[in-house]
Amino acid sequence: MYLIQAEGLRKVYRIRQRDGNWLKSMFSSRRMTVEALRSVSFSIREGELIGYIGPNGAGKSTTVKLLSGILTPDGGTCSVLGLTPWSQRRQLAGKIGVVFGQRSQLWWDLPVDDSFRLLRDIYRVKEPDFRRVRDELCDRLSLGALLQTPVRQLSLGQRMRCELAAALLHSPALVFLDEPTIGLDAASKLAVREFIRDRNRHAGMTVILTTHDMDDIEALCSRVMLIGHGRILLDGPVRALAGENAERCITAVLERPLDETSLPPGVRVQRQSPQEWTLRLDPRRTPVAQIVSLLHEQCGLVDMMVQNPPIDEIVAARYAQLEREAEVGG
Amino acid sequence: MKAYWALFRARFRTLLQYRAAAAAGFATQVVFGLVNLCILRAFYRYAGASQPMTLSQAASYIWLGQALLGMQPGWSMDSETANAVRSGAVAYDLTRPLDMYAHWYVRALALRIAPTLLKSVPMFLFASLLLPEGYALVWPPLPSLLAWMAALAGALALSCSITLLMQATLFWTVAGDGVARILPSIIFLLSGMVIPLPLFPDWAQPFLRIQPFYGLSGAVSMLFCQILPAREAGQVIALQWGWTAAFVLGGRWLMGRGLRRLNVAGG
Amino acid sequence: MNGLRLYGRMLAVAMRSQLQYRASFLLTTLGNFISAFADFLGIWAFFDRFGGLQGWTLAETAIFYGIGNVSFALSEMFAREFDVFGSHVRTGSFDRMLLRPRSTVLQMMGAQCQIMRIGRLIQGAGVLAAGVWLLRPAWGVQHWLLLLASIIGGTALFFGLIIMQATCCFWTVESLEIWNCVTDGGRTVAQYPLDIYEKPLRHFFTYLVPLACMSYWPGAYLLGRGYVPAWVSFLAPCAGILIFLLSIWVWNCGIRHYRSCGS
Repeated sequence: MYLIQAEGLRKVYRIRQRDGNWLKSMFSSRRMTVEALRSVSFSIREGELIGYIGPNGAGKSTTVKLLSGILTPDGGTCSVLGLTPWSQRRQLAGKIGVVFGQRSQLWWDLPVDDSFRLLRDIYRVKEPDFRRVRDELCDRLSLGALLQTPVRQLSLGQRMRCELAAALLHSPALVFLDEPTIGLDAASKLAVREFIRDRNRHAGMTVILTTHDMDDIEALCSRVMLIGHGRILLDGPVRALAGENAERCITAVLERPLDETSLPPGVRVQRQSPQEWTLRLDPRRTPVAQIVSLLHEQCGLVDMMVQNPPIDEIVAARYAQLEREAEVGG
Repeated sequence: MKAYWALFRARFRTLLQYRAAAAAGFATQVVFGLVNLCILRAFYRYAGASQPMTLSQAASYIWLGQALLGMQPGWSMDSETANAVRSGAVAYDLTRPLDMYAHWYVRALALRIAPTLLKSVPMFLFASLLLPEGYALVWPPLPSLLAWMAALAGALALSCSITLLMQATLFWTVAGDGVARILPSIIFLLSGMVIPLPLFPDWAQPFLRIQPFYGLSGAVSMLFCQILPAREAGQVIALQWGWTAAFVLGGRWLMGRGLRRLNVAGG
Repeated sequence: MNGLRLYGRMLAVAMRSQLQYRASFLLTTLGNFISAFADFLGIWAFFDRFGGLQGWTLAETAIFYGIGNVSFALSEMFAREFDVFGSHVRTGSFDRMLLRPRSTVLQMMGAQCQIMRIGRLIQGAGVLAAGVWLLRPAWGVQHWLLLLASIIGGTALFFGLIIMQATCCFWTVESLEIWNCVTDGGRTVAQYPLDIYEKPLRHFFTYLVPLACMSYWPGAYLLGRGYVPAWVSFLAPCAGILIFLLSIWVWNCGIRHYRSCGS
């Protein structure tokens, strides 16, 4: 069962550009069109937790705004929870939740609980349901002590936890999270991630997560969609992001020097210091275990660490590669 | 001195960029000028012409007021400075080797001149060339014109000193808020922007002609319309600069107290 | 919870957050009162100087002034957020309203309540009352009803005009300042009986912006000067409601053209 089906979504922005001297610019302006989305198609099943990534200005927010009905597309079709977002926006609004990490939906000068109650009225949540859901959310997010605090006095981490609760008070089946961990300290980030995972696994909530934080993606998402220049460049499991760059990097501290010729082909070695070595290899060709036992037997392995290359790097490299392909192909 | 000139120029250039706002403001003020003029014409039609000012003078007076509206203190605020005071960021200004009052004063000068220049030039052209007699702005002979220009400079100095006094009250959040919301209406009334000063009741005239806001707009326009003869310009200008001196002293004193308050509040 | 009750709740919340800044609130109210008062002082000075206005007395003008200002103050109280709609677009708070299962007009109205506009309201109502007291007209029930209807119609008219001004933001992002000529300008014009104005202005505020229906015709009837048939005076305030409904329709069309700001 698909919750979201998007087919060929297209969105064009028309911007006016003023040029020439000020007198001329007062009366004339050049019209420019920018294709925010060219043709975006995807479908999302119930219960998925999807990472939606891409550089700034790639069209992430535009997609979210189309799916939630804020914007009307210039082409394509889309069905969210069986509704067409832009023509059935208000119907849809009661069934989805949205968190914008950079903006607040709470009432700045009021205690958190007052905001919650107002949202209860706006979303027509029945009182017993409201109490049950709010208490559960407060429990999961440890908000108990914050409920009577005015929002303006909350720290960013506290506020974000309240924002999450606020967006879920009406028990939406589908939630859009737009950079929910931006600017948070490490502990708050972990709390937010833990909460998102819990809602997805145990409450069956479908989540679309846009973020620049690759740790969010690695920690949470089973599937990622990479968008660039208004089209989906990649859609698949997080592993697929790595593509052909599925490289591992082993840092090893050795008692005796390493004889490079004894290593299988395809492994590159670098000596960092008299005792420290780094080896790069493709685990599909050379199992890591084989290298480890080799190092242990030949060189007296003291300590070691296996790393993926940082996912940021992978994404940046992958993005550049896919862009090149798109240019050649399109 | 060079530093202040540079600050003025930078601010002036920035403000000259708001041309779309100036165009909209111009159109709005033309409409308001016409409405006010229609109201006045109706009164004149009913009561005949033997009034302290003729209809033609009243028309000129109204257009001058609309053209130079941006010069009035309280018409617009220096929002950057206001925000800096509210947020306490004004403390950074204290680290500069500048006199803060003078710095704010040149900013205020730019704020009063640049938008006014953008709006008043088309307004003068429109009101003197495109309107029929009885509605149009009528240019005076040279002596009155010169007297008007001299008084305009005084009005500018006075306006900026009042602007700064208002800004200095911002150090006291609530009081500053109140002053910013209440004083402009009073200034508009007493400077003769709501109705021309000569049309106020005769018994109020002696008071109106010594109060500080007289020299802001009303007296200046009266010199232009020759309700005040050019030879009386000296009096007007003396009054303007006298009040300016008073406001500068008051503003400096208030600002000093405000800054000391800021240091205490900041710990 | 139906719309009206929700609106009430939102207003209560808006007022509560506003009352946290009590001193500022009081001063703003006072400033609003004084600015309206200065306006009326100007009108009084004119009458003092000229003695009258095309056969209208100051007390009679006070009726027009009162109707115009009370309507304007009421519409501002409820529709003020539409005035700053551009900032709602820029900060993305309008996005948030679109994400909620309620009418956006209702949410805009409830986002803030400018009770400080009560300053102008008190002043306008005071002038209206003073005018009625000075004239001591022999009004029947239908006159009082007409007065009420013209205030309601005027509020709806100004409300509609403010919504239309905000609707421009869907296309231009900046609201069109020039629209102030119609809203603020309309208020200024409505302070006097419409027949004192030159023809183009009079026609503009009769046929294009039906201000005459709200204050001039009903006001003239109330003062015993029927320039138009009585039934026109009584039906006229409906025009304000029509403009209001039209503005809601235009607003909803505008939403389809909405291009949200920010990334």
